[in-house]
Amino acid sequence: MKALRNTFRQFGQYPSAVIGLAIVGLMLIISVYTLITIPYNEAIRLWRGGEDVWYKYPKNAQPEWINFFRKSPLPKTVFLSTKDSTADKESKTVTEDMTQVTVSFPIDFSYDSYPQELALYFTSKYTSKKPHITLSWETPDGRTVNLASFSVSADDTYRLSQDTKISRKFKGLPPMQGLFADPNAKLDGGVPPTIKGQYKLVVEATLFEKGGDVDVEMVLHGDVYGIAGTDHLRRDLKIALLWGLPLALIFGLLAALGTNVLTMIIAAIGVWFGGLVDEVIQRITEINLVLPFLPILIMIGTFYSRSIWVILGASIALSIFGGGIKAFRAIFLQVKESPYIEAARAYGAGSWRIVFLYLLPRIIPVLIPGLVSAIPTFVFLEASLAVLGLGDPVLPTWGKIVQDAQAHGALYQGHYYWVLEPSVLLMLTGLAFALVGFALDRIFNPRLRGL
Amino acid sequence: MAEANLPLQANAETPAEEKKGQSGSSAFTRVAKYTIVRVVTLFLTVIVSLYLTIIIANMGGYVDEIIKGSIREEIGQRFVADPALRNLPPEERMKQMEAMIALREHEKGLDQPIAVRNVNFLVNALTLDLGRARNMSSDTGSRLVKLILLERLPSTLVLFATANLINFFLAIFIALFLSRRYGSLLDKMTVTLSPLSSAPAWFYSLFLILIFAALLKWLPFGGMVDAPPPDTTIGYIGSLLKHMLLPILAWTTSVIFGAVYGWRTFFLIYSSEDYVEMAKAKGLSARDIERRYVLRPTLPNIITNFALLLIGLWTGAPIFETIFNWPGLGRTLVQAVGLYDTSVIVGGTVISAYLLAATVFLLDFIYALVDPRVKIGGESSKA
Repeated sequence: MKALRNTFRQFGQYPSAVIGLAIVGLMLIISVYTLITIPYNEAIRLWRGGEDVWYKYPKNAQPEWINFFRKSPLPKTVFLSTKDSTADKESKTVTEDMTQVTVSFPIDFSYDSYPQELALYFTSKYTSKKPHITLSWETPDGRTVNLASFSVSADDTYRLSQDTKISRKFKGLPPMQGLFADPNAKLDGGVPPTIKGQYKLVVEATLFEKGGDVDVEMVLHGDVYGIAGTDHLRRDLKIALLWGLPLALIFGLLAALGTNVLTMIIAAIGVWFGGLVDEVIQRITEINLVLPFLPILIMIGTFYSRSIWVILGASIALSIFGGGIKAFRAIFLQVKESPYIEAARAYGAGSWRIVFLYLLPRIIPVLIPGLVSAIPTFVFLEASLAVLGLGDPVLPTWGKIVQDAQAHGALYQGHYYWVLEPSVLLMLTGLAFALVGFALDRIFNPRLRGL
Repeated sequence: MAEANLPLQANAETPAEEKKGQSGSSAFTRVAKYTIVRVVTLFLTVIVSLYLTIIIANMGGYVDEIIKGSIREEIGQRFVADPALRNLPPEERMKQMEAMIALREHEKGLDQPIAVRNVNFLVNALTLDLGRARNMSSDTGSRLVKLILLERLPSTLVLFATANLINFFLAIFIALFLSRRYGSLLDKMTVTLSPLSSAPAWFYSLFLILIFAALLKWLPFGGMVDAPPPDTTIGYIGSLLKHMLLPILAWTTSVIFGAVYGWRTFFLIYSSEDYVEMAKAKGLSARDIERRYVLRPTLPNIITNFALLLIGLWTGAPIFETIFNWPGLGRTLVQAVGLYDTSVIVGGTVISAYLLAATVFLLDFIYALVDPRVKIGGESSKA
């Protein structure tokens, strides 16, 4: 206990390490929070659900906080729906069979640029006669424009940006621009300026049957959404960023732990039993040095399975017989000659007992910094494999986001947030563990103690 | 002890001479025995690791299944497309199809069992008969694996040799400089920045491309030279240098801080030895101390690192090369894995295996030359 407290005090002398440890602690808390609030099945549903889960979100939207840094903020995404009473539905019975339902969606627009899309999702109940919809658009400068009229089936979607007839009502401008543009502004071939203020989209539905009903969901796809933005499939990046954290931590920790502990045990066995066992371990190490690490992992991923656990196992297997064995071997050779080992042998302790109870515990202080410093290596290894296209096919990891971004030319198209968000998180994780590992190295490595 | 030796010196000479004569021949036999054992062991190591790689590259025959499947599909399509073949009666068509498939399989050697093919691969690889690639071809259109790999070598060397050599000597130079200024601001900064090396080079490439290519537009996004390449040699070299700048910067950012920290700690350990203190007391200049008392004992370590660096040039860095679109060996090997091109994978692995074995072997002799405590074949060289 006292040794532990001593260690902590020494640790406190390195401010960078304390910061690193704080970041690690924060990451652990966020991981646990993520695992609890978004359980595994929910995460998979959100990440791989398909159109029904993603339809509401804009494509390639930037995170909302980017508006802090912009002179003219980008339009936000607005969700209004009659289903959850964010929009009001008024019913007026005209005749016994005909009912008129009016829904108005108020839109507060104060941006200089135009939103991507305005989509209406209709769910209607009817037996044989489809309801008829009329859309009208009220602008802050007092104009009312009849946009379109059509009939809807049980599940229908109407996207304004794809209705070419609307363009004609706005002097040939693309629909989304036409909706918010200043009609009196001069068009020099550029993008017309917007009119800012309160807009209203009025949906009038005429139902021709008793007992019929219509629900409308309106989504105004802006250029920003959420805390992390969206990707090309309209997925909220927040899910992948949050879930990537526990995955990265688990992978890094398990791999580093597995590799180091197994290396230590094998080195100890080799040194203690000596002779043929030692020679065999040396030869296996040399063979392993020649094997190409990344190509073999890629081959396993391509031919066998891309599951993250298989890759984890393969990485550990290939890393055990590495340079670490030589380092541990040198230390064990020294420890082997110490008097307490001789005493143990004298009182007749069995070989296995000596190895596990006397040799290994001496080494643990040296093991710890190596372990912590190895974690970022494995975190980045998982990201590297994902970037190469060999990541786990189901799980949302940070490497997967980077790979998606690379595959869809994020850097060339200006979607910097898509690459930067996972990269910064990877960097932070690596940095935090590396800082802690460095400090631990200075504390536990006897040769560095004076320095 | 000195006084005891003096009167005995006259007698001591003869046994000393005898011993010298004995030790002369025994040194030779010792070195020779060690060399032979080492060569044989290394060769066996190369064989075993190559065999393992071949087995994995063929995935226990799975790749053969893939190729057989694609042959079948191709011949099937040919039968559908060719009207003469299509109109044959079913049994006749079946017979002809099977005959063509069998011929194709025999061409590619697929009719032999996978174990035999693996051994064939192994023997060919060991004798450096690298054969032909299945799907890949070199830029000049040849399928010889040897040419495919050799073609990539110059571009790999140009980038990685430059980057690694710059980093190697820069790191040692800065580390020596820092080891003299222990505790200074520069020293502390280096120690704080050293965890930056936990991220691989390709990671920093993303940021640097973002800043310098996308935002500032100073440097190109990737590739080796401008397209179309300049006509003059000077223009070509200039374009090459411009395209090398970002990759080298990314590589350096990733490598230098950790390397400087490692070397500096290493040099500090050797600088704290008593004989260095004594040299300082004697008044030797800092450069002399560095050269004679600090660098000399660390020389084996420096040479090892340098040798491993040279070997690393051959493996390259596949993701790094992919991001910069640089035509290098690492990217080629990874492409080969994706295209199930076993010959190329084995070709690359065997050359790096031989390089590694040769380097490890040579290093033992270099250690003996540089470090007087090391004797070849003696106890201390078994480390």
